[in-house]
Amino acid sequence: MQLTLEFGGGLELLCDSVKIHNVNVDPPQDGEDKFTMKSLLAWVRTNLIKERPEMFMKGDSVRPGVLVLVNDCDWELSGQLDTTLEEKDVVVFISTLHGG
Amino acid sequence: MEEEAGVVKPKKNGGGRLCSLCNQRRPALKRPKTLEQICKECFYTVFEEEIHRVIVDNQLFKPGERIAIGASGGKGFIYLLLWFSYRRISNELLVYLNLVDSTVLAYVMSELNRRHNYGLDLFLLSVDEGITGYRDDSLETVKRNEIQASELGQMSMKGSRSMYGLPLKVVSYKDLYGWTMDEIVKIIGLKNNCTFCGVFRRQALDRGAALLKVDKLVTGHNADDIAETVLLNILRGDIARLSRCTSITTGEEGPIPRCKPFKYTYEKEIVIYPCHLLFTYAYFKRLDYFSTECIYSPNAYRGFAREFIKDLERLRPRAILDIIKSGEDFRISTSTKMPEQGTCERCGYISSQKWCKACVLLDGLNRGLPKLGIGRSRGPNGDRQREMKESNGTRNIQSKQCGTLDF
Repeated sequence: MQLTLEFGGGLELLCDSVKIHNVNVDPPQDGEDKFTMKSLLAWVRTNLIKERPEMFMKGDSVRPGVLVLVNDCDWELSGQLDTTLEEKDVVVFISTLHGG
Repeated sequence: MEEEAGVVKPKKNGGGRLCSLCNQRRPALKRPKTLEQICKECFYTVFEEEIHRVIVDNQLFKPGERIAIGASGGKGFIYLLLWFSYRRISNELLVYLNLVDSTVLAYVMSELNRRHNYGLDLFLLSVDEGITGYRDDSLETVKRNEIQASELGQMSMKGSRSMYGLPLKVVSYKDLYGWTMDEIVKIIGLKNNCTFCGVFRRQALDRGAALLKVDKLVTGHNADDIAETVLLNILRGDIARLSRCTSITTGEEGPIPRCKPFKYTYEKEIVIYPCHLLFTYAYFKRLDYFSTECIYSPNAYRGFAREFIKDLERLRPRAILDIIKSGEDFRISTSTKMPEQGTCERCGYISSQKWCKACVLLDGLNRGLPKLGIGRSRGPNGDRQREMKESNGTRNIQSKQCGTLDF
């Protein structure tokens, strides 16, 4: 499944300063019929985040203060971790935890 | 890119619910303040009109006033200029999202001033701290863009939205104090550098505002910032600052009062606002915007409070407004002796001490004793500090040193 991931607000520094990543993630594993944000976050942590993963994640979700937009829409409206992703979705992560 | 945005699948909208304000369009975000699910169009409207209400209800401005918009850091400024001149941007230019607050503030102020006939003369005020990489290369960009900004003054955004070319003033630490932050860090190291930067910045904005001969200075401090400051002041036991950090206007007794129109605005909304403002987010994405933390800030104490606030927000978004409310309701016993605000003997800036903080720090730097004035010193300079405090008779409650408290 092809997805476009974007990192902003400083998060790009955790993945080699690359802001936009066009990625291919594995189709859902057996037993799970959908690829969710939860799976995506685990995938990002393993495959894209090169340093200080604690700046991006806390537990199995993003760190509080990181905004997530799925196709331009606040992920709080689509069920956060349970949001189901589909082919060609665009997921944006923006950190608001910048320094002063 | 525009087409790409057009085919964005409107599937994930909370089970087909509609915007809770207009009941017509699909919601795009959940408001932290009210938990309402609203669409982009309603979001612009409520975001801007809430700030308008705050301005009107608190009588922040009077017609004819000259107002400086403090872009605390200058980085926000580059972002601002690029934002309004995106058609001319070459990709290698950097845009700093970091200080998006002051950028959104400049835009919203300019827009409301026009829409509601505030009759204000607006100016942009920016500070160059002298931090390499953070800004160095970008200063030229700002200068280059200044001309463009005025040319683009009438450029229409999103139909009726237009940005008037606001005059820009950049003041630098080097000019004001003779030191850049890079030079200070070389001497002081990374432990207390934020003290210098914060103290110097606050004065720099005031001095810049004085040069512009403005009546007031507005800053982009948002609800999250203020809640964070309330917590910090409690943790530090700084009653003097706690009692004034929630005021929407401060320094009314001084030459240039400051106010915070974003006092009740959540950072989440401020960050989302520009994403939605450009007519397509795709346009925004095409900008090669760049954002970073201050390269010296990873050690900043404030970060811990910020993280805590964000944790609270996730559990219960209202917590931010509730903390502000608690700060507002805080009263100091009338028998408590508070520091008297006077003026610095050396530079005339407002100070509760004989010398203002910037002068103490600067004196330390210039005399090769950079630790002077940092923390509660027990070193060779301790006596001198104590002496100064006693001379002011304010030993009971003092504003403790903290550079990043920019209120």
